[in-house]
Formats: sequence, structure tokens, C-alpha cells
Amino acid sequence: MQNWQSDPVLCVEHLTMRFGGLTAVKSLSFDVGRGDITALIGPNGAGKTTVFNCITGFYKPTEGRIGLRHGIIDFDIGKQAATQSSSYVTHSAGGAVYLLERMPDHLIAKQAKVARTFQNIRLFAGMTLIENLMVAQHNALMLASNFTFGGLLGFKTYTTAERAAKEKAAFWLEKIDLLDRADMPAGDLPYGAQRRLEIARAMCTDPVLLCLDEPAAGLNPRESADLNTLLRSIRSDHGTSILLIEHDMSVVMEVSDHVVVLDYGIKISDGTPDFVKSDPKVIAAYLGVDDDELEGAESEVSA
Amino acid sequence: MAEFVQYLINGITLGSIYGLIAVGYTMVFGIIGMVNFAHGEVFMIGAVTALIIYVAVTSFMGTTAGAVFIALMLCLVAAILLTSLLNLIIEKVAYRPLRGSFRLAPLISALGMSYALKNFVNVFQYEYGSNKSVPSILTGHVSIITDANGFEAVLNYKNILIMIVTAIMLGIFWYLVQKTPLGRAQRSCEQDRKMASLLGVDVNRTIAITFAIGAALAAVAGVLYLVFYSSISYNDGTIPGLKAFTAAVLGGIGSLPGAVLGGLLIGLIEIMWSGYVSSDYKDVAVFSVLIIVLIIMPQGILGKPEVEKV
Repeated sequence: MQNWQSDPVLCVEHLTMRFGGLTAVKSLSFDVGRGDITALIGPNGAGKTTVFNCITGFYKPTEGRIGLRHGIIDFDIGKQAATQSSSYVTHSAGGAVYLLERMPDHLIAKQAKVARTFQNIRLFAGMTLIENLMVAQHNALMLASNFTFGGLLGFKTYTTAERAAKEKAAFWLEKIDLLDRADMPAGDLPYGAQRRLEIARAMCTDPVLLCLDEPAAGLNPRESADLNTLLRSIRSDHGTSILLIEHDMSVVMEVSDHVVVLDYGIKISDGTPDFVKSDPKVIAAYLGVDDDELEGAESEVSA
Repeated sequence: MAEFVQYLINGITLGSIYGLIAVGYTMVFGIIGMVNFAHGEVFMIGAVTALIIYVAVTSFMGTTAGAVFIALMLCLVAAILLTSLLNLIIEKVAYRPLRGSFRLAPLISALGMSYALKNFVNVFQYEYGSNKSVPSILTGHVSIITDANGFEAVLNYKNILIMIVTAIMLGIFWYLVQKTPLGRAQRSCEQDRKMASLLGVDVNRTIAITFAIGAALAAVAGVLYLVFYSSISYNDGTIPGLKAFTAAVLGGIGSLPGAVLGGLLIGLIEIMWSGYVSSDYKDVAVFSVLIIVLIIMPQGILGKPEVEKV
């Protein structure tokens, strides 16, 4: 049994998203294993970003359920309990299950702890690097500053929390090799550095699940290799599960434990990288061949 | 020379008040891109509240220095609390339901709110017309310079009070925006509301707090306005409010230092024009300057040129 079947952190069930007459995602189901790097791949327009937007609360799905699990609570029982309740969450001694489709986006980040990055980078360009990372720690700091009053009066709980937040920001800046530019506006960074900063900002929210939308897009080979190292270290050092959309097959095959393939909003393959790589349906979707030509294409690829 | 110094002092004093109001306009515009035309009325209600409290306290305790001090402190606290609450309600009732609607909708709603508030205060407190005034607050002064013609430039205690209070309020406000988590959240919402939300920032709450802070600064401006002019009319939200809006646009709407700078400039232009040219035409002068500046610098003095978002 694979990790995503035995220990899932995210469970997407029958997710459907329609925009007027267009069905972008159709009855999609898949699991994301805890501690795995899971890749969501597919040709352009397959609906990958739509799936991300549903998970992170950017869109409200037309149909379907998206469960996210903290801890070791039984996922099926937890999902059922949450679904039957009027709330979006069920807690138990072992953890909690959140139903993301019921939650407003800021609570998905704050409580369910899902963070994401964007294909077209969305940093706060006018704020400094360190401020970008501090905004990601907003809720903890807000609490520590007694909703700003303590912050204005310089209470000790706040100054301590502020210092801890700065240290955490500095830790991530060090990790992405941008510590020397901490007080620069984020908009002035080169492209590759902006991508790294966006990942660091997402990590500052202490996510359980990190969703990366094409993190390697526009990176040169060296930056791409650095990215792989960063992703592996996020998984091994912080235990964060990663879900990523990627076009660069070398990244996908090298770092991911689990690959889900979409085409026209429908899942066509789901398994380990090796399994997916040799799946005829995937080859057909990528090369755009008809079913009867499939065998020929398959032999070409394996040749 | 003494004349000029006197106008400078008065201009900076009046400009401080405009600056405090302008910060509210510019902050709300920065965060949700709407012009809150009811902001002038919020300022007026702050001033009227101050007037009522001041009259109540001084009639009870007399007008000794201590009593006036206590009265002004109470005025500040009451005006800040009342207007903050009022602005929170206005935002929730009149603006939030229209967020995401077409651009003119919240603007029209704000104009409606402005007239509703003005007429409410008129009927409730003024019985159609008349200014309400208090005896001059803080009457003393220090002499600064006397020129050959015997004209004496003075620095009134109330001018000193207005400048100091404005400086303190702007200092606190600057610290709040630059150094606290709330300020960072406000600035992040200003740049990309959706992204801030995805990082766990409660955008609705942040916007509501922004309205409350704007109202608190307007309330302080209202108290200072009462100290400066010793009288307030239900109609005083309109013209000073519009001048503060002008100040925000002049300084570059969305820019906080711009709002303060714009306020000072508008105050100086108004007083200088009244002094050297004609006090009847002071409003004509102020708004003409606005038009000229906008033609030459459409984004205002400290505003950044509009950058297309990808």
C-alpha cells in the first residue's frame, strides 16, 4: 500500500468546478500522502490551477469535498463527522479534519494551514523581504500584540513574539540565500529570487500542506536544481507535505513521490512517477495521439 | 515680515487639521480604492461631540486651566470612541455589501451616507441653521516678532496645542503602520488583498480597523478644529472635508506622508491667500491650485504613478 493511501493528509473527492457552461474540473478524486511531494501534472488547460484554487479557497467548488487532516485522527470518520456537523471542522484527541470547501480563504491559511504560491508571482512588491515574511506570521503576532494595543505600548509578550518572528524570517531568508537583501523591496529582486521568496513566505505560515504552482517556471537549470534541494529540505526538515503543479518533467520525476495526471479536467492516471511515466494514457495525452495510434507512440517513447 | 510669520503659523495650524483628516481619506482609498465622502461628516460629528462634552464639563467645573484640560481630554476620548464606532457601522452597513460591486456604487453610497449624517446632526442638534460656539479655548499667547509697522506676530497657546497633538497623533499612527503587525497587514491588503487573505490575514477586519483608525484621526482633528475656531456648524463637515480630500489628492492619494504634506500646503495656501489677496476668494484659490497641480502632476506630489498589475 502506498503512503498516500495509508496516511493521507489531503483527500479530494468528486471535485467539480464549472464556470458557466465550461467544466474545468470534473469529478476529480485523489489523495495526497503526508510528507510526500505530490505532483499534479497535465497539458495546458487541464484544470490544474483550478484544483489549486479550490483547495486554497480562491474558488468555491461547484461540487465535491476537500478534506484536510491534522494529526492521526481517523480520516474517514473525521470527514463524516465534519460533513454532518454544521461546522467546517471536527476535532478529536488525535487531531482535526477540516473541510476546505466550507472555509473562507483566510481561515484555510490560518486554521487548516494550507499555503500556496502562484504561477505569476504575487509578492507584496512594495514591502521589504522581511516584511513579506512577517505578514505571513500575522495571526500569531496579532495575538501577541493584544490586537495592536500591546504592540503600541511595547508589551513584553509582543516584543518577544516580534523578535521570534524576525528570527524565523531570517532563518528562511538564510535558507533561500537572500539574507543580505532582507531590507530591499521584494519587487526589486530578480525573478528566480522572487520565486524562492514566495516559497519562503508560504513556509512562514507553518503550513501542513504547501501548494506550489509551477515553482520551476522560468528558472535556469542551476536555479531549478536549487529548488529541488529546497523542496526536499522542506519535506525532510519541516515535515510539510507538498503538492505541486509542474510542467518541467525533470523536476517532477526527480523530486515527486506521487504523480496525479489531469487532462481536460479528468484524472487519467495516478501513481508513482515510474508508473505514470509508462502509462499509455499519459503518453497519449502528452503527445496528443488517438487511441488506435497509442501502441505506436508507446513504443516510440520507450525506444 | 511679522505678517508673514503670523500667516505661516496659522497656515501650519490649519494645515495640521486638514492633514489629520486627509490621512483618513488616503488610507481608505489605499486599501479599498474608494473615496469615503462621508469622512468629512465623521470629522464634523467628532467636533460636535467635542462641543457637547466641552460645554457640559465646563459648565459643571468652570473654565479654570485644569477644568479645560480635563474637558479637552474627555472630548478627545469621547470623540474618538464615538466616531470610530460610527465609522465601523458605516463601513459595515453602507460599504461592505457593495464591495466587489461596480466602482461607482460605494461612491454613491458614501455620498448618501454623508447627506444622511449631515442632516441628522442638523435636525438633532441645530434645529435648522445656526452655528454653535463655545467661549474661546486657551486664550493666552507668546509674542514672536514685532515689525517696524508695529504688527506683532503671536503664537497662541491653542496653535501650540494643535501642532503638538497633531505631531503626537501622526507619530503614533506612523509607528502603527510601519512597525506593528496590523500596519503590515494594512499595507499588504493595500498591495494584494487576495494574497493577504491567503496568508491568513482577515481582510474584512483589517479594512474595518482602517476605517476606525481614520475616524479616530478625524475625531482628533474635530476636537482641534473646535479649539481653533471655537465654533462648529453641522455644515462644517463639507468644506473642511472636501479640502482635506483635496489635500490627499494634492499629496498623492494613497500616500500617507503625501496626505500630511498636502494638508499643510492647503492650509498655507488658504491662509496666505486670505491674508495677502482676499479672504472671500480663499476657497476658489484652494480648489484652483488642486486643478493646476492635477494637470501638471496627475498622481499628486508624492503619489506613485499607477502601475499596471499583471
